[in-house]
Parts: sequence; structure tokens; C-alpha cells
Amino acid sequence: MAMEDRIRELRARMEDALAKAENKEQLAEVWQNYLSKKGQVADLMKGLGSLSPEERPAMGKVINEFKGLAQARYEARAAFLEAAELEKRNRAERVDITLPARKRPAGNLHPITITKNEIIDVFAGMGFEIFESPEIEDDDHNFTRLNVPKNHPARDMQDTFYVADDIVLRTQTSAGQIRYMDEVKPPLKVLVPGRVFRSDSDATHSPMFHQMEGLVVDEHITLGDLQGMLDVFVRGIFGPEVKTRLRPSYFPFTEPSAEVDVSCFQCGGKGCSLCKHTGWIEILGSGVVHHSVLKSCGIDPEKYSGFAFGIGIERIAMLKYSIGNIGLLFENDLRFLKQFKD
Amino acid sequence: MKVPLSWLKEYVDIDITPEQLEEKLFGCGFEVEELIRLDAEIDRVVVGAVTECEPIEGTHLHLCKVDCGEYGKDIQICTGADNVYVGMHTPTALDGSTLPGGVVIKAKPLRGIPSAGMLCSGDELGLNDDLFPGAEYYGLLDLPKDTVPGTPIASVVGLDDCIFDISVTANRPDCQSVLGIAREVAAILDKPLKMPATDYRVTGEHVPGFSIRVDAPDICPRYLGHQVRDLKIAESPRWMKRRLALCGLRSINNIVDITNYVMLEIGQPMHAFDREQLESDCIIVRRAKEGEPITTLDGKEFTLSPENLVICDGEKPVALAGVMGGLNSEITENTHELLFEAAKFARDSVRRTARSLGQNTDSSSHFEKGISEYSVELGMDRALHLIDELGCGKIGPDRYDCDAGEPKEGKTFKASLPRINAILGIEVPEETALDILRRLDFKAENDGGLLTVTAPRFREDIEVGEPDLSEEIIRMYGFDHITPTFLTDSTVTNGGKRPEMKTADRVKRSLCGQGFCEAMTMSFYADEDLDALHIAKDAPERNVVRIVNPINANMTIMRPLLAPSLLKVVVTNLKKGNTEGRLFELANVYAPKEQPITELPKETQHLGLAVFGSEEDFFSVKGALEDLAEDLALKFSYERAEDVPYLHPGIAAWVVCEGERIGCFGKISNLMTKELDLPKDSKENQKIFLGELDYEKLAAHIPAQIRYQPIPALPDVSRDLSLVAAEEVSCGAVENEIRKACPQVSAVELFDIYRGIQVGPGRKSMSFKVSFRQDEKALDQETEERYVKKILGNLKYRLGVEIRA
Repeated sequence: MAMEDRIRELRARMEDALAKAENKEQLAEVWQNYLSKKGQVADLMKGLGSLSPEERPAMGKVINEFKGLAQARYEARAAFLEAAELEKRNRAERVDITLPARKRPAGNLHPITITKNEIIDVFAGMGFEIFESPEIEDDDHNFTRLNVPKNHPARDMQDTFYVADDIVLRTQTSAGQIRYMDEVKPPLKVLVPGRVFRSDSDATHSPMFHQMEGLVVDEHITLGDLQGMLDVFVRGIFGPEVKTRLRPSYFPFTEPSAEVDVSCFQCGGKGCSLCKHTGWIEILGSGVVHHSVLKSCGIDPEKYSGFAFGIGIERIAMLKYSIGNIGLLFENDLRFLKQFKD
Repeated sequence: MKVPLSWLKEYVDIDITPEQLEEKLFGCGFEVEELIRLDAEIDRVVVGAVTECEPIEGTHLHLCKVDCGEYGKDIQICTGADNVYVGMHTPTALDGSTLPGGVVIKAKPLRGIPSAGMLCSGDELGLNDDLFPGAEYYGLLDLPKDTVPGTPIASVVGLDDCIFDISVTANRPDCQSVLGIAREVAAILDKPLKMPATDYRVTGEHVPGFSIRVDAPDICPRYLGHQVRDLKIAESPRWMKRRLALCGLRSINNIVDITNYVMLEIGQPMHAFDREQLESDCIIVRRAKEGEPITTLDGKEFTLSPENLVICDGEKPVALAGVMGGLNSEITENTHELLFEAAKFARDSVRRTARSLGQNTDSSSHFEKGISEYSVELGMDRALHLIDELGCGKIGPDRYDCDAGEPKEGKTFKASLPRINAILGIEVPEETALDILRRLDFKAENDGGLLTVTAPRFREDIEVGEPDLSEEIIRMYGFDHITPTFLTDSTVTNGGKRPEMKTADRVKRSLCGQGFCEAMTMSFYADEDLDALHIAKDAPERNVVRIVNPINANMTIMRPLLAPSLLKVVVTNLKKGNTEGRLFELANVYAPKEQPITELPKETQHLGLAVFGSEEDFFSVKGALEDLAEDLALKFSYERAEDVPYLHPGIAAWVVCEGERIGCFGKISNLMTKELDLPKDSKENQKIFLGELDYEKLAAHIPAQIRYQPIPALPDVSRDLSLVAAEEVSCGAVENEIRKACPQVSAVELFDIYRGIQVGPGRKSMSFKVSFRQDEKALDQETEERYVKKILGNLKYRLGVEIRA
């Protein structure tokens, strides 16, 4: 058979084999049969020997051209098969992206902790150190040194839990004032957050709740400073438009004493159910530190003066998040807890 | 405290509206909790004159024509009342009117006969006999004939009044009375205070031989007695009954009413003894004898102790001082002679007696808040004046006065105006400050800003010095005068959380990152909550801080463990249909240092964990702990915990940090699962895990300072080892042994466990990836082989573990 015929015939067979190759293995077989060193294309070169020397260069060129073509055909088929393979795999791996996600959602802090931290942030920025003190206190720190001696009527203002004759569950974080002033002398600014306990339970009272006592003692501290600092606090927590109002009240450890109201942030002071249509919401008690409290901590009231305030953290949290019943805060229903992402 | 406006007006001219007065009181420190308008619910009810009245055949009804003045001269109304008559003046509720209790009256036919309103009884207007005579009659209220038809009813029956319910702060017992509030109102409005009359005529005779003695002057510093004879027990006058009724008291008779009236008006609790029931001529005020009995006016019997102060007639107690009189000396219709008592009893003595006997009365409440000797004197004189005014008896000339000699003048002290201003941070004009003090009945002499002040006698709360005066001045001057400043003159201080609080924040954040929500539970629970966790009766946790006066039976002890609280939270959530969750709480637990408790108990922060849900198992919880440890730059190891009473003995571990046990965690025991307060069929499949760590021990291991560690130049080299061991050899033991055998091991990680025929019964194959550190130079094949050989040698020798063929 003439070389040209052989080539034509070989080309037809190879193209047929390539077209039939449906996978890598079959393709490899085609390569083995036709394109490897021992393959049929290589055999063509061996056939050159039977030709006359004059014919050889031209035929060699023809064979080489065919070799190049065969190679290209093979690669094209390989590329096609690879693409088909990938396509098939992609199809096989395809997912329903609307199936539910697999999650481990992060938990979150308790709203009391969040609120506590927010308040701390405001005051820490003003130079208040944060201090913690015992939850079970002696009578001396919880009452006597706060100017509430035995038999003082103010003891009736709070229903106290006793664990021994002179040992109580602290009724107020004010007890921490005394502990701090025993440790640190003025000038001082301190914030005492913590659990407090009173024998009282209804929609707005829990036998355990959280307070934050603030205390500033330095020279020349005035009631004006108290109002100025509370303005900063209130704006920090409730927003820049909220105003404060002081009105006279009574606490044994401060004199003068003032109850602090904020303008209702829900209605802007026009009157709504949150502020009981008064335009104002009571948020904390405060006052100028009583001389006897300073004296009981060895601080000279002639030289130093100060102010103190006590914030109910639950109250602030309930106002901020519109929580109507204090019991929710301590029930720990996960559907409740998970709402407080901050 | 309830103060009727009409009564207040007797002592001070009030020319502003009740709302304005409410606001002014509020601004001065007297919060009006409620302003009660007596006619708040009454609208379109007027005086009607019945002009025609015919019985309706076959019914109990009468068909009336009523003249209601401008509202209609000829209004047809049907009434079922049988006391209706022509010419009667009676309250008439017109069409569209409202009555107390939200009742709305509309014109509608009664038994088919059109009726344009309703004729009213006193009761329907919210009246009683004390507020308006005849109001309790079962039938229409028969009004006086001089009432004008068409006049709104409130003004006719005295309902055009309002009551201020005022909350009085604990430092102002002098304001626990109508007069006390009137005094404040007079100061606020700068009007004169018209004092109630206290004069009386002495018409009785000297009684020889009678005496009063106080044996306990420490708790009864002042005791006044006065006798009244030839008593005429009768009804009280209308005005007195009405005032008592407005304040919520029922009229009894003139004598009892006078004592109540004086208490409301002056704030002085009074008592009247039936003189003839006293067994001797001597009243003795003394501490009760142990076991001494008394029956009080309300018929209750008490057995007393020396803690209780009693008034005795020489033989027996006739009153529980400051709380209630005795039944044996009660004023009755037959009383002819009485002895009035006005006294000052110590606050805490009355409080203790009232509390311990559970006998809280209006009287005890006044004494607990504080009575001044001024009110003792004023109260007695006022009571005698009322006896005289009402003509109830002859007042004797003898005043029995037992006086422990407390000062009879108000406190006098010096105070400087500049220092008052320094407290307030503003300049109160001098004349304003002085004027405020004058209005508040302080006497003040001004010597160039240095005041000599005498406080009024009734202000026993006033303490010597500037702060109290600054409080008085600013509450009257107004807090709105305060200018906000920001520590213009003070020193800079460093703020922020202490390091241990920042650490606690880190721990909380880390747990949140692993899906834990922060819980907050009560610091107290009951012994039963420890029982539920099978804590042994003699376990150290049973030595608890016990609350002497718990609020209820569920909150009696300060918790020694967080686990019971968190288990309850899990159960609560399961009951509410929350089927899975992770919770933590960082809070104190409490332990007494000794029993009985004499010093502050030990408070230790614990970290409690609760994990539940079908996706959770021991290892997911362990993973959470490991991640926490990782976040805190710590390493935990574990020891089997078989004896934690609430945990499954096979699925529980001690958490060990640097050789110290810091807590435990695990699945709750099968027994507890069975006992959960959940529906029976939902219990068995619950997977609940609890953990409790001593947070303070944990925190102590957290490195305070981060120090950079150089990163190795070469990556670790790792080798997989499949090892065959007896079933009881734990993974941890193998891991430990691998680490011990070769210090160059940087990590050991189990990646497969196989049990089956290929390794034989009672054995398991564990595949580990063991990594080696390459320090300076690359680890050569030979050295690596040496390490592996050493490891395998040790494993075989110590644990009988062999390489899998």
C-alpha cells in the first residue's frame, strides 16, 4: 500500500478510536495504540526505510505533519473529555443552596451584663474605677457607717435579709462605698456594681437585683457637679436629647438628697404609658455624701466633699429594652436571652 | 398618707388648684402618689325635685316627674325605690350620666315605660353615713329641701373635694399628719398657718391620790395623762365623722373618734382608758413580765415578754404601749370617766413589739416613724379642746406629766451661708435663704453670713450643720436653680475595670463565642434543690449560709453550688419547648466560715455550665471547655469523676489545670434524669450536661502577661501510628505516655478507633498522628525512627500497647 494510503487509513482508524474514547482510560489506550513510541504513528517512520532516498524527505515531511495532526486531535479529544468530566462532576456535586444552614450561633451576654457594661463604659471614661465588694455584708458597712444606726427609721425603708444577728445580704451597693473609702483616700471616683437583696417581690421588684453605686470625693465637690455628671451619664445611656431633673428626696447617707428623673425617651416628655403620662421617668437616687459617712471612713468632711448615686441596673435595662416584668430577667428562657445581641 | 384638701384648707389659705399644689409639693420633696378626686367618676348627676309620683300598677315601680332645673323641669323617671315621695329632693342621674364603678346611665324603658335617667341612693354615689348622713339608707338619698334642682350633686353631698395621697419620706415624721402637711403648704405658699385650737375649760375637780409612773424612761421619754369625768358618750358631729371617713376611718363614738381625729390631725396617737376599769389609782409604764398576758381591743390574746412595753393599772397590763389598748379598759357606752394618754414611745421598741406580735396599727406606724414631744403636748391639749368643744365631759385640773427630761427647745447651732452655697454649687441670694428658713419656722440670726439657727421643735430630724440647712433651702428654692457643672475643681483620676473584671469579661466572651448564653439566677434556693442533686446530707456543701427571714420556702439558703440553679433553668427551658441550648453563669457561691455565723461568709465565684439537646454529648461539652482553655492560654486535662453525686459515674470528668482540680462536668446521672420535673415520656431521651468550675482557681492560672514565643523555623514532622491496646487502656493514658517518652513530641492527635475481629476481642486499635518538633536543623530519618522506637518501647512496657501489624 502506498504510504499516502497507509496514512489515510491510519488517520481514519485513529479518529474513529478517539471519537469512541469516552474516558481517560480509553483515551490512554488510544494514545498507547497510536501515539506512544511503539504506537502505529511511530511505525510509519519505520516504513520510510523501504522508500528510495529521493522519496524519503518528502514522505518524512508528510508523516511528521500527520504526527502533528494526530497529536492535536488527541489533545483536543483529551480536553473535550476533561471538560465533560468536570461538567459531570460539577453536576454531581451541585447542592440545593436553599437547604437549611448548619449553625453554631454565638451566644450572648445577659441584658443585665450588657447594661452594666454600658454604664461602666460611660463612667470609666470619666475616671471612675470599678470596684466590687462582698454580697453578704456586716451591719456596720451596710447600715451603721452609712448613717443608718440601729433603730433608724430608714432601716424600715428596706426589707433586709439576715443571715446572722449582724450579718445581712447587702441591701445596697452603697456598702461598697465604705469598703472602697477604707482602701482609697480622696481624690476618688468609684463605681460599685453588684447584686443586692431585699425581701420584696412583684412585677417590678425581685428579691435579688443589681445596683451600681457611684461615688466621687474630692475638694470642692458640689450638687452642681452631681447634676453635671448625671447629665453625661443619662445622655450616654438614653440619648443626647434626654434631660435630667433633680427633685428632693431622702436617703440617710446623703444630704441634700435628690431623686433623679429623666425626660421620657419614648414620648419626648409629652406623656405616654411608659412615663405614666408625667413626661418623666424616675431612674436613680443621689445626693451629697453625708458628713457622718465621710467621717466613718476617716475622711475630713471639712476638707472634702462628695456626691453619690445609686442606679438600679434592672430598671435601666427594663427601660432600655421595654421589658415589662422583672421576672423575665431571671427566668432565663433562651428565647428571651438570645434577643440581646450587642 | 391621705390628706383631704378641705381639711388642709382649715389651716392654710390655698388659692391654687389641686394640680398646682400637687406639683409644688412634689418639687419640695412630697410626692403625691395619687390625687383622688371624690367626684372623679360622677358626671351629669344633679339635684332633682320629685313633682309627681304614681305607683305603676302591677309592679313595685313608681313613675315620677322630676324637676332638674336647667336640665329639664319635667323629666320622667321610673324608680324601684319605695321611699320616693312628692316633694323629695334626691340625686338624679340624667341620661348619659356616670356613677362610681364605671356605671353609665342611659334613657331606656323600664317594664316598657320610658325612663330618662335614674334616681340614686347614697350608696350609688359612693357615700356612707359618715360622709353624708342617711347615705346608707336602703332607698333614695333624701336631700335637704333647700337644695336647688339642677345643682351638680358633688357640691351638695360634699364630694367636691379631693384627697392627696402623699408619700412622706422617713426623715419627716412631723409631716405624718394633716397639720404637718399644712405647715409645709403654708411654707410653700408663704401663707400663715392657722393652728387648731388647743384651749379648754377646766370644769372637773382635782382627783386626789391618782398618779402615773414611768419605770422605763429609756423607751418612754414622755408620758402625759389627763382625766375627764361625767362623760357623755355619743355620736360625733357630722364634720368630724366626715373627716375620719375621708381618711378611711369609721366613726365609733365621740371619745374614740377624738383619739383618731387627733392622730390624723396632729399626728399624735392618743389612747383613752375607762378610768373605772383601772384597778388602782396608779398607772405604771413598764416592760412586760415574761409570760404576762394581754387581750387587745380587737379581742386578740398575746403572751408578752420584757421586750414589750406595757401600760399597767398597778395590777395588770391595760395597753400595749403605742400599739393598741387592752380590752379590759376599753371605752364603752357605759364609761363615765376616762384617762387620756399622749406619749412618746421609742421607735424601735414599738416596732419590735408590733412586728413580733404581728400587730401593726395606725398608732404603731406613727410611733415607728417618730413622735416629737411637741406633738405629745399639742395632741393632749387638742384632744381636751375637742372634749370641751363637743361637750363630752368635765376636764379635770390635773395634768400627769412623766418627763425623762429631753430638751424642750429646738436645736440651736451655727451655720455659714457661704458653706451652704459651697454644697449647692450656686449662690442662693442671702435674703432668699433667710426667707426660706423663716417660712420653715427656723429662727435665724444673720451675722455677715454666719447664721445662728434654731430649728423648730417638731423638726427632730434636723442635724446640726450646713448640709441639712442646704437641703431645706434647695428644696424650697428649687432644684431647677442648680447649674450643672463638671468637676470644675477636681483632680484627674484613672478609671476602668480592675484586671480581674477584665478577665471575667474575656471568659464570658469566649463562652458566648461557643454558643453559650449568659444566665442569671437567684443567689438563694432551698435545701430541696441540693436534695434534687443527691448531695449527701453530710457533704461539705450542706454547710450553708441560711437566711434567718426568708421571703418564701424556696429561697432559704445562700447557694453553695450553681449546678442546682442551672439545672432548674434547663428544665424551665425544656418545659417551654426550647429543646436545646448552652448556658453559663458566673456568680458567687457562699460558704460559712463557722457555725453559728459570726463573720462574713466566704464568697467564691463559680462558673456554671449547662448544655442540653440531642446534638450535644460529653465531647461537645469537653470541646467547649478546651476552646475556653485555648482562649485563655491554658491547657486542661481530665480525670475520671465517678463520685460527683449529680453526674453520671461513667460520663463525667474532673477538669485539671496545671495539676489542680478546678471543677467537674459531665452528663447528669441516670437517676436524676428519671427524677426530672418533666413529662414522663420526654425524660429518658434528654441529654443534659452540667459543669461547675471554681472560677477563682481557674482565673489564677490565666497568664497575666502575654510574652511572644519565637516561631520554629521548620514545620513539625508527623507520623501516623496505629496502636493496639486492651479496651481499658484510655486514649489519654496512651497520649500521656507518648508525650512522656519523647520530649520532642509537639502534638498527639487521635484520628481513628477500630474494634473488630482484626484486633481481637477486648482490644481496640487507636490511630494517632504524632508530630515532632524540628528545632535547629531538619529531623533526619534516623532520629525520627529513634523517637518512634522509644515511644513504642515505652508504650509496650508501661501499657502493653503494641503497634498494629
